[in-house]
Amino acid sequence: MQTNFTTEQLADPDVAASEKILRACVHCGFCTATCPTYVLLGDELDSPRGRIYLIKQMLEEGKPATRDVTTHLDRCLSCLACMTTCPSGVHYQHLIDHARAHVEETYRRPWHDRTLRALLAFILPHPKRFRVALLGAALARPFRFVLPPGRLRAMLDMARDVPGPDATDRDGVFPALGRRRARVALLAGCAQRVLAPSINAATIRLLTRHGVEVVVTGGCCGALPHHLGKVDPSHELAASLIGQWVAELDGEGLDAIVVNASGCGTQVKDYGWMFRDDPALAKDAARVSLLARDITEFVTTLDLPAPSQGSGLTVAYHSACSMQHGQKITREPKALLQAAGFTVREPLDAHLCCGSAGTYNLLQPAIASQLKARKAATLAATGADLMATGNVGCMTQLADAVGMPVVHTVELLDWATGGPRPEALGSR
Amino acid sequence: MIAMPKPDPQILARRQAIAAQLRTLLPASSVIAETERMRAYESDGLTAYRQVPLVVALPETTQQVADVLRWARREGIKIVPRGAGTSLSGGALPVADAIVLGLGKFKAVLDIDYANRTVTVQPGVTNLAISNAVDAAGFYYAPDPSSQIACTIGGNVAENSGGVHCLKYGLTTNNVLGLEFVTPEGEIVRIGGKHLDSPGYDLLGLLTGSEGLLGIVTEVTVRILQKPETARALLLGFASAEQGGDCVAAIIAAGIIPGGMEMMDRPAIHAAEAFVQAGYPLDVEALLIVELDGCAAEVDHLIGRVEAIAALHGVVVSRVSTTEAERLRFWAGRKAAFPAVGRISPDYYCMDGTIPRAALPRVLAAMRDMSAKYGLGVANVFHAGDGNLHPLILYDANVPGELDRAEAFGADILKLCVDVGGVLTGEHGVGVEKRDLMEYQFDAVDLEQQHRLKCAFDVDLRFNPGKVFPTLHRCAEEGRVHVHRGETRFPDLPRF
Ligand SMILES: Cc1cc2nc3c(=O)[nH]c(=O)nc-3n(C[C@H](O)[C@H](O)[C@H](O)COP(=O)(O)OP(=O)(O)OC[C@H]3O[C@@H](n4cnc5c(N)ncnc54)[C@H](O)[C@@H]3O)c2cc1C
Ligand code: SF4
Ligand code: SF4
Repeated sequence: MQTNFTTEQLADPDVAASEKILRACVHCGFCTATCPTYVLLGDELDSPRGRIYLIKQMLEEGKPATRDVTTHLDRCLSCLACMTTCPSGVHYQHLIDHARAHVEETYRRPWHDRTLRALLAFILPHPKRFRVALLGAALARPFRFVLPPGRLRAMLDMARDVPGPDATDRDGVFPALGRRRARVALLAGCAQRVLAPSINAATIRLLTRHGVEVVVTGGCCGALPHHLGKVDPSHELAASLIGQWVAELDGEGLDAIVVNASGCGTQVKDYGWMFRDDPALAKDAARVSLLARDITEFVTTLDLPAPSQGSGLTVAYHSACSMQHGQKITREPKALLQAAGFTVREPLDAHLCCGSAGTYNLLQPAIASQLKARKAATLAATGADLMATGNVGCMTQLADAVGMPVVHTVELLDWATGGPRPEALGSR
Repeated sequence: MIAMPKPDPQILARRQAIAAQLRTLLPASSVIAETERMRAYESDGLTAYRQVPLVVALPETTQQVADVLRWARREGIKIVPRGAGTSLSGGALPVADAIVLGLGKFKAVLDIDYANRTVTVQPGVTNLAISNAVDAAGFYYAPDPSSQIACTIGGNVAENSGGVHCLKYGLTTNNVLGLEFVTPEGEIVRIGGKHLDSPGYDLLGLLTGSEGLLGIVTEVTVRILQKPETARALLLGFASAEQGGDCVAAIIAAGIIPGGMEMMDRPAIHAAEAFVQAGYPLDVEALLIVELDGCAAEVDHLIGRVEAIAALHGVVVSRVSTTEAERLRFWAGRKAAFPAVGRISPDYYCMDGTIPRAALPRVLAAMRDMSAKYGLGVANVFHAGDGNLHPLILYDANVPGELDRAEAFGADILKLCVDVGGVLTGEHGVGVEKRDLMEYQFDAVDLEQQHRLKCAFDVDLRFNPGKVFPTLHRCAEEGRVHVHRGETRFPDLPRF
């Protein structure tokens, strides 16, 4: 596509990178078809091609973002379905990231929006703060029905039953059982630790039982503030993680950096790009990205033994956007579940987002709840016994809507190879 | 560049008032009148042409369409219909003093009737969504434009779109059974139904391919087919495009009608392979994808025959799909070939002409010369089975002059198509892109007759103005076209 940037504008490396992305777009419109917001709203402005156009205009004019542009960019889920669909290789992820940063820098949001975003960026990346906030919200929950459906209610909905911290959920080294085959770092995560501590527990059990030493390192990967366009806080969080991992890498060494929330995995795999112009961190960030693996990618290399229990159930597998579009991991999770004795079914329109998308369900509740209902209906239609996915955000989004137990893929793999039955399954 | 009609300054001046009136007919979110937001609608799949519209209207119901059109008629406001905006001929290109009427919100599948083998949908439903809706029951909708993932059935009807399977199963026009459409007066009319033929004139055939010039399609009933018991695709690689072309002619001459028969040249093969990793051979000059469908024994037999014919024409690589997934992968690369070319060139200009199959070697050779003359690369994708060429002229819109050269190159290709006994378009429509070449194909009498038809539907010429026909004389002035013995065609016609 034709672009109009001056040489001065192109001197800014971020603008130059975005210009390259824009030029790759040939305006064929293929991406509109798989974009959840275009499917729902039918307006070019709420499609990837329309957003690319809005971003092009905003960057070319070099002016502050307007309310209109912000509205349409805010509606983007960053689900990256458009990238899977685009034959021309347009890197929408980096383009929208740049645009969100530009919006955050140049547009003054109405105070309630501003406050909510600041609050989310302050609370969510920090498990302690999040736990306290959820407890407060849980107290307020009985009153949620008097609220109009919207942001506040969406937030209170999250405050279902907050589990206590899991005993195994601490930073530190978990040695391999038996002969050590590998040593990996496990990203401890932030919100996931609070909402579903059982995931890390299952991951650690699964890995250590199969001869992998696990170093659990704490911290938020920065994706939450990143998607809010808050560059500095997200880079700070990322830098701290990079520091911890490089210390391990250069110390006892790591065979992989394992991530069990695909939203975070997408982010960690992008560190190399995020810090590409940072002389101090570029090299380390690239090293980290290169070693990052989704848990299912890593477990695939382990050749798990045949299942010892749990077989016979039918699983509806929900592929998180960050898994299938962000990281292009589509085969491994299903293959592992099948090998572990489960029958795997996929919902119709499996490429569409469930509406969770980080903080999206809190910021855009109207669109998010439509996507949630759609996804829940297609998952329920599979007639499966339970639902599995690889991202905690989708789990919280869908738990009360699909009418079946919701678990993380790794909990099933752990169970099948000798771990405890996932709690969400109850005693059925 | 092709000139568009001069906008009416009085209409332009009333933009905000017009938007306000539209807001009384449509939900507020369905009316877009800010330049910044309208810019996303300024072009379709032909990005060389761009124009910010007067207003964008996105109605949600047929009644709203009728209300808008009745009001627009009263106010004398022009209308440009738009589906998904994937047209490659600028069919959905806005006009400065016209409302873009988008059908993006018409997304419902209204009726699936397996007994009658029909599906009725709203016009904004994508081509692929129709097949997906009946897939589980073993059916599909046959015409499959490469853009099928995104293009709408309304757009398909307007362009009479084709696809890789049209060789055997026909174009859109052969698969549409009924339409609901709203006339430029705002009257809701139904044509056809679930049956194959209707009494009276074939209005269905008339509206199919009318490029948004005659009204707004608001509902479409199509025929669906049972999926063939077996379908397998062959990849055949050749050391030259001529050999590939000869092989195509020989297959047809042998009385075989493949489900699809497509050809790509080296640049197209490389670009497509980079996107889908279909396993295309990268060291051949031409690749044929030939699909054979039917019962298993028939398919096996035909594959054998096609392989034998290919061998006679110097095939260097031959592979048959062994699984359904592999067959789909073979096609996925072909279907993504245009935009995949975006990987090797920032912009491309996609041509669409049709030639008698036998003329292929001559046309290819001439195109190579033109490529050298204009200094622009070209990637070729053909619906080889029916002689429909899609040369993609590679250019860089950021380099001054390249677009003009690409357009001149394109015009030369299309004239060549006509000269060898072919036609200007295969399936992408005339739009703005080929409008001024219509005189190269048709004489004054032909054009005059087509204009009369337009006037029968749209007396004040408000629908998709500036598209398809090179002239803009009013409906009352019929018969004023003169031809000066073919020296120059239509010298006295008003140009925009
Ligand atoms: C990468 C790529 C590949 C393509 N491959 C093919 C191919 O293989 N075969 C092929 O035939 N075409 C192909 N096309 C062209 C294009 O996709 C088709 O012409 C398609 O039918 C256009 O549909 P649309 O919904 O995008 O319509 P638009 O582009 O929005 O509009 C096309 C025309 O239809 C009119 N129109 C749209 N909707 C309506 C309606 N409801 N009522 C009345 N008029 C309407 C518009 O005014 C315009 O004139 C391709 C395009 C691209 C970008
Ligand atoms: S990231 Fe998702 S929501 Fe955003 S434009 Fe792409 S497909 Fe649409
Ligand atoms: S699919 Fe890719 S090239 Fe086509 S419009 Fe979307 S981003 Fe642009």
